[in-house]
Amino acid sequence: MNLLCSISNAELSITAAITGIGLVFAALLIAKLISPKSYSLRKAEPYECGIPTRGHSMIQFKAGYYIFAILFLLFDVEVVFLYPWSVVMRGMGPQGLLCIGIFMFVLVLGLAYAWKKGALKWD
Amino acid sequence: MFDFGKWTSAFNDWLLGTGMADWLAILIECVLIGVGVLLVYTVLALFYILYERKLCAWFQCRLGPMRVGKWGLLQVFADMFKILIKELICLKGTDRFLFKLAPYLVITSSVVMLACLPWGNGLQIIDWNIGIFFVLAVSSVGVLGILLAGWSSNNKYTLIGAMRSGAQMVSYELSLGLALITICVLAGTLNISELVWAQKDAWFLFKGHVPAIIAFIIYVIAATAETNRGPFDLPEAEHELTAGYHTEYSGIHFGFFYLAEYLNLFIVSGIASLMFLGGWMPLHIPGWDGFNAVMDFIPSPVWFLLKAFFISFVIIWFKWTFPRVRIDQMLSFEWKYLMPFSLANLVLMAVFVAFGWHF
Repeated sequence: MNLLCSISNAELSITAAITGIGLVFAALLIAKLISPKSYSLRKAEPYECGIPTRGHSMIQFKAGYYIFAILFLLFDVEVVFLYPWSVVMRGMGPQGLLCIGIFMFVLVLGLAYAWKKGALKWD
Repeated sequence: MFDFGKWTSAFNDWLLGTGMADWLAILIECVLIGVGVLLVYTVLALFYILYERKLCAWFQCRLGPMRVGKWGLLQVFADMFKILIKELICLKGTDRFLFKLAPYLVITSSVVMLACLPWGNGLQIIDWNIGIFFVLAVSSVGVLGILLAGWSSNNKYTLIGAMRSGAQMVSYELSLGLALITICVLAGTLNISELVWAQKDAWFLFKGHVPAIIAFIIYVIAATAETNRGPFDLPEAEHELTAGYHTEYSGIHFGFFYLAEYLNLFIVSGIASLMFLGGWMPLHIPGWDGFNAVMDFIPSPVWFLLKAFFISFVIIWFKWTFPRVRIDQMLSFEWKYLMPFSLANLVLMAVFVAFGWHF
């Protein structure tokens, strides 16, 4: 039961989201009104420990993070499937255990494959 | 236990009794809820900044902020005012739209998560039947904000910091989710208020046998990494990345990330107390009726806050005790140890529940 039964959860979630947006907006507005403003070309350069920036900063780099993102996608979808299972698990008894056991076995095989291929190694 | 739902429904009846239209009543209530959430959000953020600074000082045998106000209590207000009057700098070459969008995403996700927490009996704002799943889903919007902040800043350090932060947060989200599913299997529900009520006789930490304790340990480690704190604060490793993904943000823009970081600390502690330590439920020991009756006298929000502050204390303790890990250590720790362990732990819990071996 939420705070007020007369308001639906969707409306409350939207209220909370609007509150967050409002907080940022209001604080930015106050800061804009009372903060000083000045501009110079030197000041608008990125802070890279005093060394002038070389080249463009929005670059492609290191695939290491990319592989972990792909692995994450695989396992995140798995976790999404586990949520509904966790709710009905108690009523299903040993059958529920068997079903999810096979599901997890296949996924663990996937992790084992990635591990063996060296995807988890950072180099 | 006092039911705060009585007050809110009485207020609702009074509002409808004045003869105003339904939509107007709902609007007024929504505005009041929004103002309440905002107040709680800022007060908690200010409290947490002082809490962390004081604890950090005591761990290092210092006194911490002492000059402004009694015991430095007004220091955070001074800091807040100072950060408000600083200039907002937008560098040349930044992607202005994404640069300004990032704080909105980070703050909004933490406000919505805060609104999902059960503060007391009848003191919960959003209560979906998929409650805990909703909280995790919203938390991943925050990751998006951090990635955008790093990408749009036109700085190589912020880009690397954001990528690290993203890789770390998505990796540890898995063990976090699996630890929570372990408890959901035990409870048989995802609804937050039902989860709390299911712990009426005993908290899940004590109820769930060994797997619940393992899940709790996994959760605390994953939550530390999820909030980019403690030994896992790689995204803002100052000796290599200046300040990580928010290096180029100034003034209140930086303040938003700072605020969200502390609120996320409170939120993960709140979820830990909700899933493992009974949420707002008082400490009940089956059979000790007198003890249980005495515990019921302590108001439910006090229980919730004390548990959350305790978990936060543990996480802050980690931060000021352990040295920082390397990125390869951190990722292999998650994928080679924590993830397989939490999967095995989930299966163990499922076996315990299927055969009725839990308490």
